[in-house]
Amino acid sequence: MNTTSNKRLNKKSKNILELTVSYAIIAIMFVIILYPLLWALGLSLNPGRGLYGASIIPENWSLEHYKWLFFDPRSNYLTWYKNSLIVAVATSFFATFIVCLVAYAFSRYRFKGRKNGLYAFLLLQMFPVLMAMVALYILLSTVNLLDTLIGIIIVYVGGAVPMNAFLVKGYFDTIPRELDESAKIDGAGHFRIFFTIMLPLAKPILAVVALFNFMAPFMDFILPRIVLRSPENYTLALGLFNFVNDQFSNNFTRFAAGAILIALPISLVYLFLQKYLITGLTSGATKG
Amino acid sequence: MPTNTDNRKENLINPRHNPTLAAVLSIIPGIGQIYNRRFVKGAALFILFAAFFSAMYSFIVSGLQGLVTLGEIPREHDSRVFLSEGILSLIFFAFFAMFYVLNITDAYKDAKRIQLGWKVPNMREGFKNAWDTSFPYLLVTPGLFLLLFVVVFPLLFMIFLAFTNYNLYNAPPRHLLSWVGFDNFIRLFTIAEWRSTFFNVLSWTLVWTFVATTLQIALALFLAVVVNDPRIKFKRLIRTVFILPWAVPAFVTIIIFSALFNDNFGAINLHMIEPLFGTKIPWMTDVTWSRVAIIMIQVWLGFPFVYALFTGVLQSISSDWYEAADMDGANRWQKFRNITFPHVMFATAPLLIMQYSFNFNNFNIIYLFNQGGPAVRGQTAGGTDILISWIYGLTFDNQQYNMAAAISIILGILVASFAFFQFRRTRSFKEEGNI
Repeated sequence: MNTTSNKRLNKKSKNILELTVSYAIIAIMFVIILYPLLWALGLSLNPGRGLYGASIIPENWSLEHYKWLFFDPRSNYLTWYKNSLIVAVATSFFATFIVCLVAYAFSRYRFKGRKNGLYAFLLLQMFPVLMAMVALYILLSTVNLLDTLIGIIIVYVGGAVPMNAFLVKGYFDTIPRELDESAKIDGAGHFRIFFTIMLPLAKPILAVVALFNFMAPFMDFILPRIVLRSPENYTLALGLFNFVNDQFSNNFTRFAAGAILIALPISLVYLFLQKYLITGLTSGATKG
Repeated sequence: MPTNTDNRKENLINPRHNPTLAAVLSIIPGIGQIYNRRFVKGAALFILFAAFFSAMYSFIVSGLQGLVTLGEIPREHDSRVFLSEGILSLIFFAFFAMFYVLNITDAYKDAKRIQLGWKVPNMREGFKNAWDTSFPYLLVTPGLFLLLFVVVFPLLFMIFLAFTNYNLYNAPPRHLLSWVGFDNFIRLFTIAEWRSTFFNVLSWTLVWTFVATTLQIALALFLAVVVNDPRIKFKRLIRTVFILPWAVPAFVTIIIFSALFNDNFGAINLHMIEPLFGTKIPWMTDVTWSRVAIIMIQVWLGFPFVYALFTGVLQSISSDWYEAADMDGANRWQKFRNITFPHVMFATAPLLIMQYSFNFNNFNIIYLFNQGGPAVRGQTAGGTDILISWIYGLTFDNQQYNMAAAISIILGILVASFAFFQFRRTRSFKEEGNI
């Protein structure tokens, strides 16, 4: 009698101990994850400009830096936001469209050079565009697209093709072939099948590709750094990077304010769409 | 054997129509097709080729000549322009040659079919067929075009640069470039300074890729298993917080971290290390500590994505497995090793491999944390520079374009061979071969 209750007690206390350890681990991870983010938020509310003396919970907090970003005549923040939006929307639209066409051809047609094309895409997606930056710089300067947003958009769209085409092709492959074959028998043309049957069915993966290509220009700063020269053409990432790069400790709080204003919308989008992003990625990558 | 050929000859309906003659006639594009009595097609081909030829001939010839000489008059000829025009000519020429060969084989094949009694389709059908066969090419063309100019052209340019003497002291337009063969590669492996830098950077790149990625996967797996326990509450909240590092743009968090790790007034030294140990850790100025910091930051940045993947897989493992294991009296570790781990790994292997290749070229974190620093005496690469960031530094800071290009080629070969072996083994590509 005594021993069984003892055992039960043992099991219960073991259970509690385990749960405590699990929760403790989760709590530690919470601190590690949230601390840097909250620190940046706190810093952006500090009245001073430097890193030194700034604290995570400012004593007399102010929205001074946010005001500066929006209203100060020396601030280009809104222009950068506009530039980033232009680049992001254009990249996302054109990349998705072109990727779709390519992926559809590779998934549904058997043509000469198809196999080699697939191999080439696999290889090319392994090479970072960064490796060829010098050549891109010279290429853009010979066609007078240096320091323009169009030049950046073209490079982003071209670079997006190999990687994303594979993802989308993988998804197209999972759509039953009978659908478009029966449409063909009913007399539908190539374009009709593509636009009215395939595209609607591939919506989930198209959303993923569009979103990724929309986000990438917000986060990339290397290509803009090489291509863009004048501050009124900067994208957000580059402009913010220059805040900290020029005089490190001087503008850090301002950087924090600007960074929070882009981190917030982007992370919200990711958090809301994470489920679709993950399923889209796994289905495309495991089947493609 | 002779009877066999006789048989085949008897089967020919138009024995006088000669495929070889059609092919030979096609040396002037379109004539072969006209011989096959496909007049519209032949005329169209002839006009297209003639137009291309007359428009591009001089560009291609001068481009290829320029590629050989790289310019002759210093200060007037810019070798880089010669190089890029030469590469463009090569690309155009390759296209021309491809279409030329296609034109000849097309004439030959049509003639063969005519021999066997195939009726030349009328114009309408001909158009329909042409539309059907060329449709996939039409779909691919815009993507291919962009790819050629944005990815292939720059890569070719870089490959050619590796065989020139383009550096800070010998830069166009003031000087002319010249071809130096494999000199850059030889220098990379014979001059002690280059050689030791190269192998230092390469070994750190490999260590970095392996350690950072594996840690990030291990942490993700551990957390996913801990949180997946049915007794844990608030799963949605936990999941949301755990995914935050993935959601916040990486360049923002890396800059925040580089401020946190700042030697003198970063919060980590000021509020954690100094009160606890009474000393400061030189995160930015000591090679080993920088490396430790960078790996920790990458684990912070990279685990959420893998975590999200793993949670998805864990939820899909049928509970039958675990119940059967319970019946057999398996302990927790055995269940993890024999059920959870294989399931998770099998389902996510390609994506995990992509994580490794991503970190191999993870320029952002290295550059944004402390520009690849701290500087190391006697070499052009900093202590945390990986190959890709070293190449960036050589190109944009030291202007050693030729050496940067040579190292890029080596990096490219490494990546490509890894990719080749990897993808040959994956299931989907084997299936692809059967189609």
